[in-house]
Amino acid sequence: MIETRGLRKSFRSRAGRETKTVDAVRGVNLEVAEGEIFGFLGPNGAGKTTTLRMLATLIEPDGGEATIAGADLRKDPAEVRRRIGYVAQGGSTWDESTAREELVLHARMYGIGKAEAHRRAARALDAFQLTEYADRKCKTYSGGQRRRVEIALGIIHEPKIVFLDEPTTGLDPQSRAHMWDEIRRLRTDGMTVFITTHYLDEADALCDRIAIMDHGEVVAEGTPAGLKREISGDVVLVGLDAATTPQAAQLLDSEPYVNKLETVDEGGLRLYVDEGATAIPQILRRVDHAGFTLTSIELHRPSLDDVFLTKTGRSLRES
Amino acid sequence: MKLARDTWLIFERQLQLLLRNPVWVFVGVFQPVMYLLLFAPLLKPALNAPTQAEAYKIFVPGLLVLLAIFGGLFQGFGLIAELRAGVIERSRVTPVSRLALLLGRSLRDVVSLIAQAIIITLLALLFDLRVFIGDLLLAYLMLALIALMTSAVSYGVALKVKSEDALAPLMNTVAQPVLLLSGILLPLTFAPGWLQGIANWNPFSWAVDGTRALFAGDLADDKVWQGLTITAVLAAAGVFWAARQFARSVR
Ligand SMILES: Nc1ncnc2c1ncn2[C@@H]1O[C@H](COP(=O)(O)OP(=O)(O)OP(=O)(O)O)[C@@H](O)[C@H]1O
Ligand SMILES: [Mg+2]
Repeated sequence: MIETRGLRKSFRSRAGRETKTVDAVRGVNLEVAEGEIFGFLGPNGAGKTTTLRMLATLIEPDGGEATIAGADLRKDPAEVRRRIGYVAQGGSTWDESTAREELVLHARMYGIGKAEAHRRAARALDAFQLTEYADRKCKTYSGGQRRRVEIALGIIHEPKIVFLDEPTTGLDPQSRAHMWDEIRRLRTDGMTVFITTHYLDEADALCDRIAIMDHGEVVAEGTPAGLKREISGDVVLVGLDAATTPQAAQLLDSEPYVNKLETVDEGGLRLYVDEGATAIPQILRRVDHAGFTLTSIELHRPSLDDVFLTKTGRSLRES
Repeated sequence: MKLARDTWLIFERQLQLLLRNPVWVFVGVFQPVMYLLLFAPLLKPALNAPTQAEAYKIFVPGLLVLLAIFGGLFQGFGLIAELRAGVIERSRVTPVSRLALLLGRSLRDVVSLIAQAIIITLLALLFDLRVFIGDLLLAYLMLALIALMTSAVSYGVALKVKSEDALAPLMNTVAQPVLLLSGILLPLTFAPGWLQGIANWNPFSWAVDGTRALFAGDLADDKVWQGLTITAVLAAAGVFWAARQFARSVR
C-alpha cells in the first residue's frame, strides 16, 4: 500500500545571521501492507510529522521515492491526494463553523456532490458519536470531540489510506481507548491506517506493525512482539547505591547467565538475561554473598522502550 | 469547470463565515458612511468646488479606491488565522484547485467591497451626486480589479511571512506611499511637478484618475481605458503569483 525508498528532507532555518540545516528525515524506507495499522513511534523531533507531510503531498521530498496506494508521489501527487486522507497533528477545524459544515465542505473539496456530501456528513457524525454536537460551533467542543471531528474529516471521502498524526495526544485515558476503537473500526472497514505516536502502550496495543524512528531514521521495524523478541530475554533492574555500583557491575558481569550489563546513571544495574525468573535468585545470592546492599530488584519483560534503548542507547521516556 | 465549481465552493464558505460575524458587517458599513458624513463636508471649501455635488464627484471615487486598496491589503490577517488553525493545510491535502483556494477568498473580498461601494454611492446620491449607470458599472469594475489585486497580494504575502507581526508593518509600509501618491484624498492637480512625476509611476494614481473620469461622465477620456488596463494587468499578475503561494508548501 505504501512503499518508500530513501525519502529525505532537510530544513534550513535561520537563527540570527547563521543558517542551520536540520536533516529532519534522512533516508526512510518503509513498506506498509494493505489493511494494517502501521505505527510510527519516536520521540519529539524524530521526523514523524515531516515524513507524513511528505507522504501526504504537503511538502516535497529532497530525495527518494514513494508509491502510495498505487500512485507515484513524485509524478502524480494529485492522484495520491485523491486516494489518501490526512489528519494533522495540530488540528484542522475552524472555530466559527460547525462540525457538519466542516464535513460537508471537506467532502465537497474532494469533488463530491452537495446531496451526497450531506449524506456522508450525517453518516460520519453518527459513526463518531458527534450527532449531538453537529450543529454547534467547533470552538465549543472538548478536545476529544474536536479530535473526533478531525478524524471524521480525514476519512469523509473513504480513502484507501489514512494518515493520523498523533491521534490521541491530549486525550484522557477513556477517550484514548475510544479512539483506539475508532481506529480499529477503520481497519475493519478496509482502510490502511498509518499513525504516529510517542506512546509506547499505543504502539504496542493498537499497531499491527511499527517502525521506530529516531533522528530522522528508522532504527527498527517489525511487529511489536517480534521486536521485543529480537532483543531477547528479560531485563532485571538491580537497585544499588551509586558507590557500590561499579564493584557490583564487575562482579555480575562475569556471571554466565548475564548476557549484557549496563550501568544506570543514578546508581544500579540493568541486566539482560534469558529467563528472569531463574536469574533473580542467583543474582540475589551473589550480591548478598559479596556483602552489597540491594535497595530494589525488578523484573522487566522487554517493552518497546527497551527496544528503543537497545537501538539508540537512550530511553524513549527520557528523550 | 472544476475551477469554477471549486471557486464557488470556497467563496460560499467564506461569505457565509463573513456574514455570520455581525461585527464585520457593521464595521464594513459604518466606516465608509463616517467618511462620507464627517469628512466630505470639509471638501467643498478645500477643493474650491462650486457646489457640494462637484466636490463629491472628486471625493467619492477617491474614497472608493481607498476602500478597495485597504480592504484588500488587510485580508491577509484572516488567512494567517486560517493557517494557524490548520484549515489551509487541510485544504491542501484535498485535490481542490489551488487557484480556487485563492480566487474564492478574493472573490468574497471583491463582493464585500462592491457592497460597500453601493452603499456609499446611494448615500452620495442623496447629496446630489449624479453619475450615469454605465459609467458607474465601469467604475465598479475598476474597483473590483483593484480589490482583487490587493487582496491576492495580501494573501500571497501572508502565506510567505506566516505571521501577523510581519504582515502588519509590511502592509502599512506599502499602503502609505501608495495612498499619499495616488491623489486619493485630494487630487494631485495641486501637486508640484516632481510629486506628479513620482505619482505617474503609481498604478493606483492611474486607477484613481480613471475612476474620477468615469464619475465625471468622461467615458471617452484616455484615463479610463488606461486605468482599467493597468489594474487588470496588475490584478492578473497578483492572482498568478498568489495562487503559486497556495500551491507551494506552507505550514
Ligand atoms: N518547517 C520547518 N522548518 C524548519 N525545521 C523544521 C520544520 N519542520 C520540522 N522541522 C524540524 O525537523 C525535525 C523533525 O520534526 P517533526 O515535526 O517531523 O518531528 P516529529 O517526529 O513529528 O516530532 P513530534 O513528536 O514533536 O511531533 C525537528 O527538528 C523540527 O524542528
Ligand atoms: Mg509530529
